[in-house]
Formats: sequence, structure tokens, C-alpha cells
Amino acid sequence: MLEFAQQIVNGLSLGAIYALIALGYTMVYGIIKLINFAHGDIMMVGALVGYFSLTLLGTNIFVAMLAAMIACAVFGVLIEKIAYRPLRNSTRIAALITAIGVSLFLEYFTIFLFGPAQKVFPETAFPIKAYAVGGLSILNKDVFVFVSAVVLMLILQYIIKWTKTGKAMRAVSLDREAAVLMGISVDKTISITFAICSALAAAAGVMLGVYYNTVNPLMGIIPGLKAFVAAVLGGIGIIPGAMVGGFVMGLLETMVSGYGNSLYRDAVAFGVLIFILLIKPSGIFGEDTGEKV
Amino acid sequence: MLAVKDIDVYYGAIHALKKLSINVEQGSIVTLIGANGAGKSTTLKTVSGITRPKSGSIIFKDEDITRVLPEKIVGRGISQVPEGRRIFAAMSVIENLEMGAFLRKKKSEIDEDIEMVFTRFPRLKERRKQTAGTLSGGEQQMLAIGRALMAKPELMLMDEPSMGLAPLLVKEIFDIIKDINSQGTTILLVEQNANMALSIADYAYVIETGEIVLQGNAKELMHSEEVKKAYLGG
Ligand SMILES: Nc1ncnc2c1ncn2[C@@H]1O[C@H](COP(=O)(O)OP(=O)(O)OP(=O)(O)O)[C@@H](O)[C@H]1O
Ligand SMILES: [Mg+2]
Repeated sequence: MLEFAQQIVNGLSLGAIYALIALGYTMVYGIIKLINFAHGDIMMVGALVGYFSLTLLGTNIFVAMLAAMIACAVFGVLIEKIAYRPLRNSTRIAALITAIGVSLFLEYFTIFLFGPAQKVFPETAFPIKAYAVGGLSILNKDVFVFVSAVVLMLILQYIIKWTKTGKAMRAVSLDREAAVLMGISVDKTISITFAICSALAAAAGVMLGVYYNTVNPLMGIIPGLKAFVAAVLGGIGIIPGAMVGGFVMGLLETMVSGYGNSLYRDAVAFGVLIFILLIKPSGIFGEDTGEKV
Repeated sequence: MLAVKDIDVYYGAIHALKKLSINVEQGSIVTLIGANGAGKSTTLKTVSGITRPKSGSIIFKDEDITRVLPEKIVGRGISQVPEGRRIFAAMSVIENLEMGAFLRKKKSEIDEDIEMVFTRFPRLKERRKQTAGTLSGGEQQMLAIGRALMAKPELMLMDEPSMGLAPLLVKEIFDIIKDINSQGTTILLVEQNANMALSIADYAYVIETGEIVLQGNAKELMHSEEVKKAYLGG
């Protein structure tokens, strides 16, 4: 029982990271019906910005996270403007292929700039401590990741639910033409969505750096795919679904590693994807409409 | 107030509007009637900037708005109640009304106007927190009208507001249109329900396959043999 509780504690922080990334997939899909395959790589860029902020500028982890978020917000907006906007009215497959192209470009251009090697997050940036709480061992990095992720998700919920910008984002997702009739600029709203989603991914990237203690140019691929599975699991386009899906994927992964064989943890993630696509393609929270994904 | 002059609109190879011209006098109700696919919605969409005319111009209050971005049109004083209502189904009634006032800044005035819409449509007030998609067809139409009113328009474009409603509700909606007009909002009303539309309108246009084929005083058109035969069931 204690062992099980320990696995849950371990899984929650990883799940929170997946949830943050999954939110980006789901919100971008909600507004432009595109699976942004470059999203995991934006996370990687965020992790690198965080790394350089820690090592070159010597900032603390919170400043590093903020710097990564701001840099990636700008970066995400640029990617949308340059790569996706010109294809807004073309077929979905054309946009999808472009997204894959952007993804590969980010991965290999980063390798070109910084080399393919792992970069180790400096120890001093986040000295690891373990706390014993009722027989459980809780690491300060897990607390840091979980709490910052939850705070970001609460802020996001607030923006979406209560601010004018958030309402405009929902309106454009629901009915673009009607939103335009209200005076909402679709271009601006999509830009804001990319800024928010990329900032969340960047935060997740820095968290992943803390979690695994390393960053590298291809680090976005597997977590990106798992977060994508999380978004599909929760129902793509559905915001609470992405959060729940992220936590489910994180917990599942630590359970598989803890009780089974950690070599299978990635296979299980894709097993989940195949399973949902067979059983309920619209995800846990989705309504079956026949289409989607 | 609004002058649509010789506009040509294409959807790819389809020539949807052919040198179409209409005029809307300030303070009046003008109706545009015609069969399915005649080009009624296209006309309203072109005024709202959603579709672009290949040639011709649209003048509103002495300004050329032909090339104005669609999201800027409502700020000029033209709002639209689109065909099929197009309310934001997953948003609450209040949020839908707030969206109608998207470009307005003063929160207190917006709240006042939401109350005004609720006075006009008490049924919406009871359902203010409810998700708009769960409203009945008639309530959704009222919400769509309320949402368009929230922009404080000088000209309101209405696309088949009676579509799919029971006769009693249709009458209610037309009474509301008359009332909105009597409070100073000019109305361009698109309808297939020609009888009702002509009965409240001042002036009317009849459109057929993208062309105006007949126009005149609404009461006179109501008694014209041509209109009776084609649109009023004999
Ligand atoms: N997005 C579009 N793409 C291609 N053709 C279109 C499009 N929208 C309308 N059309 C065509 O343009 C013509 C005019 O359509 P429009 O919707 O304006 O008619 P309408 O008078 O509003 O009809 P209804 O009474 O059925 O609403 C029709 O032939 C229609 O098929
Ligand atoms: Mg129509």
C-alpha cells in the first residue's frame, strides 16, 4: 500500500508535466483543428532557454522558467505566423505535414546550433532534498514541479473562464464566423492561443529539465507524443480532458516502471493510444461525432 | 443609410450575386425575400465583410466600407443575426451577450444593456447561467437577437429569424423586430416567410438567383400578383 502511494507521488509530478503539454495540443486543436506536432519541440526550446538562463545568466529556477515562457510565447506566435497561417485555408493534411516539418526543423536546427549532446541541468540550480512524510519519501523537485504546474493550470483556467481574451478564444473555437461578426479578430486570437500554449510548453520543458536533470535537442519527442496521447485520451479540444489525460499518462508510466518493467513504459503509452482509438476515439470527455483526430 | 451598389460576388465559379443593388433608409425596415439559394445570406455576409465582392461598393453612413475587415464592421454600427442563429453553444447565455458587446469598453454600460436584453426577453434572464446550446430554438433565436443588440447597432442585419419556429413564436419574433425598429434601429431583414416580412417592412426587394427582380413599397408588393403567385402561396 505504501509502495503504491509512493508510485502515485512519483507519478503526479510527471503527470502534471504531461498535462501542461497536453493543454497546448488540445487548445491549438480546438482553435485551428491542427495537431501541432512541433509542440513537443517548443517544449524542448523552452527547456534549453531555461538551461541557458541557469548556466549563462546564473538566474534561479523561477526566473529561468519565466524567461523560457516569454521566449517561447514569442517563438510560438512566430511559428504560427510563418508556418501555419499561410495554410489556414488549405487542407488539414497539408497543415499537418507542415507541423511535422516544423518539428524536424526545430530538432535538427537545435542540434546544428548546440550539438546533439545531453546538457546537464546544474546541480546548484535545484539542490535535491528528500522529505519523509508518513513513510513516503517526497522529493523537493516533485513538489516544485507539481505545485508550479497546478498554479499554471489554475491561471489558465482563470484566463479561459473569466477574461475577455479567454472568452474570445472559446468563441473562435466554437464558431469562427460568428466570432468575427462580434468584432473578434481571429488572427489575434489564434496568436494569443499559440503564445499561451507555447509558454505552458516552455514551463513544462524547464520542469522536465529539473525532473530528469538533463536537456537535449530530441527531448521533446517522446514526452510530446505522450502528451498528445494524453490529449486524445481526454478528448482532443477539451481542456479539462487534457489535464486529466496528462495525469493518467504520468501515473500509468510510473506504475508501469514501478511494478512492471520500465522498458515497457513508452510502449504502454502508445498502447493506450491504440486502445482509445479503437474503443472511444473521441476520448473520455468527448462526444462521439464520428469525426475527430 | 446603407447603399449596396452593383456588387458581384463569386464562390469559385458560382456567380452568387449579379450587379445587386439595394438601399436601406435610416429608421426603416427593409426586407429581402427570395427562394432557397437565391443569394439572400450572401448579400448580408457581403455587407458584414465575410464575403468580398469582386466589384461594386457598399456605402454605410456616407463611408465606403467595401474593403473594411469583417471584424471591424460591427464597430461601424452594423451587427448581424446570422442564419441558423450561430450562438456560442458551449458558452452561457450571459457570455453570449458579452460577446455581442465585445468591442465595447464600459463594463457598467454593458451590464445595463444585458439587463435591458433581459427585460425584453425574460426567458433568457431565467436561464442566464445556462449553456446556450441547451436552450430551445425560440430561446436561441432570442439570444441571437439579444447578442446582436449588445453591439448597440444602428443597422441590424437579420437572416431568417423565423426559421424553424412554431407560428406563435414567429409572431413573437416579428413583434420584437418591429419593436427594436421603433426604438431607432434600422433593419435589413432577410426572409423566406414573405408574408410576415412584407407585413412589417416599409420597403422590399425580391431576389432570384443573385438578381433583384422586383422592388417596391412592401404593402404594394404584398398585393402584387407576381409576388402572390411566387412567394405567398397564390
Ligand atoms: N460557401 C459557399 N461556397 C460555395 N457556394 C456557396 C457558398 N455559400 C453559398 N453558396 C451558393 O451561393 C448561392 C447563394 O447562397 P445563399 O446562401 O446566399 O442563398 P440564400 O438565399 O441565403 O438561401 P437560403 O434561403 O437557403 O438560406 C447558392 O447557390 C449557394 O449554393
Ligand atoms: Mg440563407
